[in-house]
Amino acid sequence: MYVAVKGGEKAIASAHRLLAEERRGDRSVPEMTLDQIDQQLGLAVDRVMTEGSLYDRELAALAVKQARGDLIEAIFLARAYRTTLPRFGASRPVDTSSMVVRRRVSATFKDVPGGQILGATFDYTHRLLDWSLAGAGQGNGDATSGSAAQPSRNGSDHAQPGNDAAPHGSVLAPLGGRLPRAIDALDREGLIETEEPDPDDRPVADLTRDGLGLPADRDARLQNLARADEGFVLALGYATQRGYGRNHPFAGEIRVGEVEVELVPEELGFPITIGEITLTECQMVNQFKGSATAPPQFTRGYGLTFGHAERKAMTMALVDRALRCRELGEMPISPPQDEEFVLSHSDNVEASGFVQHLKLPHHVDFQSELVLIRTLRSEAQARAR
Amino acid sequence: MSAYNFAFLDEQTKRMIRRALLKAVAIPGHQVPFGSREMPLSYGWGTGGVQVTASVIGPDDVFKVIDQGADDTTNAVSIRQFFERTTRVRTTTRTDAATLIQTRHRIPETPLRKGQIVVFQVPIPEPLRWLEPREIETRKMHALEEYGVMHVRLYEDITRHGHVETAYDYPVLVNGRYLMRPSPIPKFDNPKLDRNPALLLFGAGREKRIYAVPPYTPVRSLDFEDHPFTVERWDHTCALCGASDAFMDEIVVDDKGGRMFVCSDTDYCERRRGR
Repeated sequence: MYVAVKGGEKAIASAHRLLAEERRGDRSVPEMTLDQIDQQLGLAVDRVMTEGSLYDRELAALAVKQARGDLIEAIFLARAYRTTLPRFGASRPVDTSSMVVRRRVSATFKDVPGGQILGATFDYTHRLLDWSLAGAGQGNGDATSGSAAQPSRNGSDHAQPGNDAAPHGSVLAPLGGRLPRAIDALDREGLIETEEPDPDDRPVADLTRDGLGLPADRDARLQNLARADEGFVLALGYATQRGYGRNHPFAGEIRVGEVEVELVPEELGFPITIGEITLTECQMVNQFKGSATAPPQFTRGYGLTFGHAERKAMTMALVDRALRCRELGEMPISPPQDEEFVLSHSDNVEASGFVQHLKLPHHVDFQSELVLIRTLRSEAQARAR
Repeated sequence: MSAYNFAFLDEQTKRMIRRALLKAVAIPGHQVPFGSREMPLSYGWGTGGVQVTASVIGPDDVFKVIDQGADDTTNAVSIRQFFERTTRVRTTTRTDAATLIQTRHRIPETPLRKGQIVVFQVPIPEPLRWLEPREIETRKMHALEEYGVMHVRLYEDITRHGHVETAYDYPVLVNGRYLMRPSPIPKFDNPKLDRNPALLLFGAGREKRIYAVPPYTPVRSLDFEDHPFTVERWDHTCALCGASDAFMDEIVVDDKGGRMFVCSDTDYCERRRGR
């Protein structure tokens, strides 16, 4: 006789044990430490921090380890921890012009005040597998492959001194305390739309507290894009380059480095520095033909991430600009310009969960469908006779 | 688990959710946006239901979780364990012994009573979503009570197929005002929504919406005078308990097309068998 299926509880416990086994892998291979992940898989840690909206290298490294390298799962772990943390205030806006820059390139100018600083980049490497990395302790990579740890810059005599390759905690001193943003030159000529900072006391949108309201303000949109899945935003940004919401972009500037985070505690009433974080910022410059009320000028798209994540910052800037179409009087006709479409589907924790929930049992719904389709079929057959 | 608050969520968040719940109860069937949190469960696994449960559960509650009608399906086990770990409340599989029931895809066969709360996990809260993908538009349609498109859809189904082609998540009108998705329960369960003595709460985590059907609220499944709403019927009775009035799961018993039918509600079935 049939006995109703039982054993969910035991099955789950066994599955968790097996998962722990598989995560650890062959025990003759040394276990990874969080330091190793932080230092040697640093870009994975950066992505988890960015999309997890949680700046903590150690926790992100733990998430990467626990998730067996599945970064979307690691982002999920970071988010589910972050959600339990108290919110004791909002920082002051960080000033990226006072960033201690490790890398800074502008595609719109041959030279910029402060110089082009190449820093550590894959950009000009030849993507040849570096066999010298294959064995443990076999040196630090093949210098001829292009990933040489040498500072490299061109242009200005005022290039900053120091070791560009320092992965974290850069030793660079900022030039005169500030490295002005490359596109500020356009700003002085009025060739690019001005960007007025909001007053400090204006509350900032926080999607993790209030949900997404539509149409969304730009602060909420940018937060959504910063947390958004890199692959999704990359595809949308790419689509704008191929004609779907084309916005004629130039990489005005990409900079990577450390900035101080300041908070004004209520009881003090003046800002104090609570820490230093690594950021990647992209200012995209986009053509704009002008409208009935605005003369032709360049417009901006903006991207910002935790850690070193240039691809994400750049494509975020492209999509940010695409989503500004209504504000600039452009017809929203392509998916990257469709705010509701983009913002509702950008979150990989939401998307991954909902797609994968199809694995959960659905036999009650399916049974209802079975009953319906049998009824319809028997009626169709009766009609045919 | 001492690092986490009772029922995981912090008290501020629970209060925010309870405020949304109060609004939802005050406007039956209306979707109230709320600041849905990221939960340690995956989206689609019941994060909305879990947040609603976490914000209403108290130490004296007796908690039951079902998925597809059963207490022993993996996701039901997982959610029950989550609240066992974070609240240490008593749990039960008995519908009549529970004060708080979280469910996915079913309403128990045992009639609910006054004082019980049922929390439904909702994937897509918007009943008009397949007819209009834009939230900005559907919000307007609700505000204006503009539900003609849904009636047209049902009408088109009937003219084309002779039936409404919706077997689960069948749209209902709550208190004569708001069109509502009952969550993906089979339409078999829709009549149980009508004037139910229990408080029915619906949570959609990923979509960040909460709605409610307060006790004894009229809930009508959409239909036409000449095409009244009907529910699924089986030619079989339950092979385990003999019930003929319950929703049946169809079990494939061999590879030759052999099938049997058993109650989807495992508690109902067990109790009928006198265990």
